[in-house]
Amino acid sequence: MNILVCISHVPDTTAKINFTADGSALDPAGVQFVINPYDEFGLTKALHIKEAQGATITVLNVGGPETEPTLRKALAIGADQAVRINATPTDAITVAKSIKNHIQANAYDLIICGQESIDYNGQQVPAMLAALLDVPMVNACVGLTIDGSTATAKAEIDGGHATYTANLPMVIGGKKGLVEEKDLRIPNMRGIMTARTKPLSVEEGLSGSNTAAKAFRKPAAKSAVKMVAPDQVNELVRLLHEESKSI
Amino acid sequence: MILVFVESWNNQFKKASFEAVSYARKWADMAGCSVKAVVSSGASNPESLAQYGADSIATLDLAATGPGMAGQLSTMMDGVQGVVVAGTAVGKTLAPTLAALIDGALSTNTTSTPSSVGPVVVERGAFSSKGIETIALSEGMPIVSFVPNAIGIEEKAGAGAIESGSASGTDKVAVSEVSVASGKVALPEAEVVVSAGRGLKGPENWGMIEELAEVLGAATACSKPVSDIGWRPHSEHVGQTGIQVNPNLYIAIGISGAIQHLAGVSASKTIVAINTDPEAPFFKAADYGIVGDAFDVVPRLIEELRAFKAAN
Ligand SMILES: Cc1cc2nc3c(=O)[nH]c(=O)nc-3n(C[C@H](O)[C@H](O)[C@H](O)COP(=O)(O)OP(=O)(O)OC[C@H]3O[C@@H](n4cnc5c(N)ncnc54)[C@H](O)[C@@H]3O)c2cc1C
Ligand SMILES: Nc1ncnc2c1ncn2[C@@H]1O[C@H](COP(=O)(O)O)[C@@H](O)[C@H]1O
Repeated sequence: MNILVCISHVPDTTAKINFTADGSALDPAGVQFVINPYDEFGLTKALHIKEAQGATITVLNVGGPETEPTLRKALAIGADQAVRINATPTDAITVAKSIKNHIQANAYDLIICGQESIDYNGQQVPAMLAALLDVPMVNACVGLTIDGSTATAKAEIDGGHATYTANLPMVIGGKKGLVEEKDLRIPNMRGIMTARTKPLSVEEGLSGSNTAAKAFRKPAAKSAVKMVAPDQVNELVRLLHEESKSI
Repeated sequence: MILVFVESWNNQFKKASFEAVSYARKWADMAGCSVKAVVSSGASNPESLAQYGADSIATLDLAATGPGMAGQLSTMMDGVQGVVVAGTAVGKTLAPTLAALIDGALSTNTTSTPSSVGPVVVERGAFSSKGIETIALSEGMPIVSFVPNAIGIEEKAGAGAIESGSASGTDKVAVSEVSVASGKVALPEAEVVVSAGRGLKGPENWGMIEELAEVLGAATACSKPVSDIGWRPHSEHVGQTGIQVNPNLYIAIGISGAIQHLAGVSASKTIVAINTDPEAPFFKAADYGIVGDAFDVVPRLIEELRAFKAAN
């Protein structure tokens, strides 16, 4: 089985976000980049499938050379090979088209994405990719079993869960639940050493974009908190009703 | 015209669906065009959408999944200038599928109505609410998926003509089981969210959290460690790596206020933090705070709210 895990390269969850002075882009100064947390669950799921039934795992990122350490980290965690599609990921549809071209030239049985990237919070690439490939997709996927060429996927829907079956190849938008937090792996020394010699190939991607980011800004700062004494909860109820009009 | 997808569940419209029609009406008024709502043929009271500005209401046998429905909508693009979808679980797969099928320009996580329409420019949350992006939908059909609760519902009469539509839809997945807790408020759409963290000490103490949620008609949520240890289901985990919420009121009980937690909740209009530690970072992100023991404050809050509800 051939599994593709799509990985986005995003600011660490603890990063304080700043934008360039003209507001045109993220200011990367002092920001550490990591594997998108949703994709870590997907990568670990791929490793579980490999260990249970055998598979080749390819990790892929659409981005510039600066994302290669992130791909190497995925190799150190256990992926077999990596592909960087050289393109600036300007918008999801162009990213999805580039990934689609790669998939059409290389047969994959299962394409695992994360539900969303924590940078631009698009939640777009997996569904777009499935539509471009004309294959099934399950988003917010919190459980997956593969039996031959059939997948059973459990997904979060509003207020509950649904279970779907589909034929491979398919696209997953995964999240925690696909595997558990405790299953996530950190690269060990041996993994880091072998990752250096695993193949990381570079292919050219598409440019262009259907959307244009015009400006970024930070949300307005909150005004100071109003403290209420613990024995005056009635005062909190009054404020919520009269001042903030929340109740 | 602006096409708006109107979701229903068990034949009832969702709250976010009325908001979607209001969104489409505002956009259509700017563009000087009409609003066409697409609804499931089973949905009761399709004419009620006229109240929020629908000029025509096409009823249709809809596919079961977002991608299937997107396939249907993609065949209905004649005369359409823009598409509105609420960012529900269904909307989150429908909108990007549609965008790919028609090579459109999509903004997800949208928090504003258009500030201009040639091209459409909107604001959206990025970097888990740590940033706001202004985005132009410059090439192809503009498609907007908005965050439920971000826009609000507004009444404005539309012509409301009912048409029966047809477009065949195929789902590429088979639905084998659906389980949705009845009578519970779904987290992404909730106007009030009561959320608790590790300060609650154990799952057996969630009774008062559920009681508070019930008094407020709220959804319940939790911090990440609470769902990691299994005190609460994953589906309640809010934050940067969980569900991002946008309610009118977010009450955080026994949650420290780590940056990853705040990233998913800071878009809430009003935040209340209850914590024993006066230095808890949540107080910096909150509008109202109580330094106190949850086991003492929450029961009192329930009592006061009951009294308030009885009097109002
Ligand atoms: C990659 C990554 C992603 C993450 N994503 C998320 C995310 O999406 N969401 C998320 O929530 N976290 C996330 N975290 C975890 C986050 O960093 C914090 O660890 C977590 O939010 C802390 O949860 P907590 O506030 O419930 O627990 P704690 O930090 O243990 O805080 C408990 C709080 O309860 C207070 N308390 C104790 N007893 C009482 C009492 N009797 N009454 C009132 N207050 C009391 C304490 O003063 C304390 O402030 C992430 C972390 C990482 C590394
Ligand atoms: N530039 C990219 N390169 C590779 N995969 C990506 C990229 N952007 C998004 N993805 C994949 O699509 C998922 C959802 O991302 P997004 O649509 O950006 O929220 C991510 O979790 C990745 O699996």
